[in-house]
Amino acid sequence: MGVEITNRVLPGIGVCQEVALHDGRRVGVVTRRNGLRDIVIYDDDGDGADATVALTDDEANAVAEILGAPQLTFRLAALQRQADGLIVEQLPVPADSPFAHRPLGDTQARTRTGASIVAVLRQGAAMASPTPDFVLFPGDLVVTVGTQASVNQVAHLLDGSTEVGPAGTG
Amino acid sequence: VLAAGGGSDLHVSTLLVELGAILFVLGVLGRVARLLRIPVIPLYLAAGLFFGQGGVLSLSASEDFLKVSADIGVILLLVMLGLEYSARELKDSLRTQAPIGLLDGLLNALPGALVALLAGWGGLAALALAGVTWVSSSGVIAKTLGDLGRLGNRETPAILGVLVIEDLMMALYLPVLTALLAGGGASTVVIAIVVAVSTVSVVIVLATRFGRHVTLLISADDRESLLLGVLGLTLLVAGIADQLKVSAAVGAFLVGIAVSGTVAETATELLAPLRDVFAAAFFVTFGLSTNPGDLVPMLPMAILLVVVTSSTKMATGYVAARRANVKRRGRWRAAVALIPRGEFSVVIAALAVAAGVDDRIGPLTACYVLLTIVLAAAVQGLPNRLAATPTRRLRGRRDRSELGGREP
Repeated sequence: MGVEITNRVLPGIGVCQEVALHDGRRVGVVTRRNGLRDIVIYDDDGDGADATVALTDDEANAVAEILGAPQLTFRLAALQRQADGLIVEQLPVPADSPFAHRPLGDTQARTRTGASIVAVLRQGAAMASPTPDFVLFPGDLVVTVGTQASVNQVAHLLDGSTEVGPAGTG
Repeated sequence: VLAAGGGSDLHVSTLLVELGAILFVLGVLGRVARLLRIPVIPLYLAAGLFFGQGGVLSLSASEDFLKVSADIGVILLLVMLGLEYSARELKDSLRTQAPIGLLDGLLNALPGALVALLAGWGGLAALALAGVTWVSSSGVIAKTLGDLGRLGNRETPAILGVLVIEDLMMALYLPVLTALLAGGGASTVVIAIVVAVSTVSVVIVLATRFGRHVTLLISADDRESLLLGVLGLTLLVAGIADQLKVSAAVGAFLVGIAVSGTVAETATELLAPLRDVFAAAFFVTFGLSTNPGDLVPMLPMAILLVVVTSSTKMATGYVAARRANVKRRGRWRAAVALIPRGEFSVVIAALAVAAGVDDRIGPLTACYVLLTIVLAAAVQGLPNRLAATPTRRLRGRRDRSELGGREP
């Protein structure tokens, strides 16, 4: 799983780190001394930039957090497993789920079961702390934290084996 | 202090009005430069031409103040340059880029010297003009690379390498020029060279080995005392260097190199606004001291210099990028990137004019710097219109379609 990273010193400006991707393309990150970060997508030559995006310190941290989120979730999961009575599970949203194509808030998972939905994994990317208006799709994995019983209840909500009446008062 | 006479009050109020007007105009010009996507230096020079002797508006009260500001501006430009480079970067660049630095010096300094000699301006003018055409503007180029999103490019380290060597060579060139301009004989020049070479080497060695200790004198915790400390130290060393005829600018550059770590980072941040104000004053003052009427007769010579030394700079950049295994398009990008001349050319011309070498160096350099910057801004985009190397393009397309096929 080694990823090849080339470092280039840019005297007076900072450093550029170039990452070789699995498909032969390359991306780079320029870290300037003043905190700005540039994300570079290299062109077909491999020398120049097809596109460059400059990020402020805060923006760079936000992107880094998103990219690092899956790892974070799994590490969190490992930790939580050891915590007494609490479990973390990735619950699938089946194609025939009553909540497919509906906002997360409609499940009212926390009100109904007491379990918390901390992230949604979609095609390998993690959406951390999804808001109630986040729309679920078939194939999503809903990362849920709670007691075994409450997590099971969420699983039943998602696969439709628990009959859910019209949304209650919450 | 308050008991100043009426005449002095009037003088102060005129000074404030003139300074305020100049700074305000420069502020507006900065905005214009941003909109036009060109560097601001040519506009500052033009503003100086507009205000100064023979210009549309002439200034009276603020001239002395501007002259001192200009001197401080040069010192701040140089100390910031020194702060930006760490001693390690300088050493590494010198080790890896020395052949390119030599090629760069030969290709670009000689045309300037030759033109001055052919025009019959004499040896000192030739030496000064050699410096004017030699050094690219690290300020303009670094800014352009950032604005165009080219910092991550493969050719960028090669471009910056050329700039580092040039800036370092200035630490040797300026003392020699200063000594010769001061009218010293052969012995004075030899002493200046020996002092310059040994000081530069000692500072680089000290800064790489004991940088922390030098820096310990000034703490990074208290921003106010750091600002005053670094500024004071810089002016002090620059002043002493000037008295020793080693050039104030080089003294400031060496202070910048010697200061390292967090102190250097914080100092860069704190000094930047000061540098912006005083460096602007420097470019304006250079424009002020130049009579716009003198520009026109200098135009043919300036154009000749621009044509010749832009080609030689492009050759330098092309070779530097090829040496870094960059493909054709990137080589051309490096070639055009190096064209602009700027702060160092003006510093050198200002020194020569102040020493009374030849008055025509001022307007010639003003024309030359303006033209190189405008030309460079006009051609930066051209290399990317060249076709890419075809084999890679096909491969990239296939890869993309494979990725596309995986989508649900």
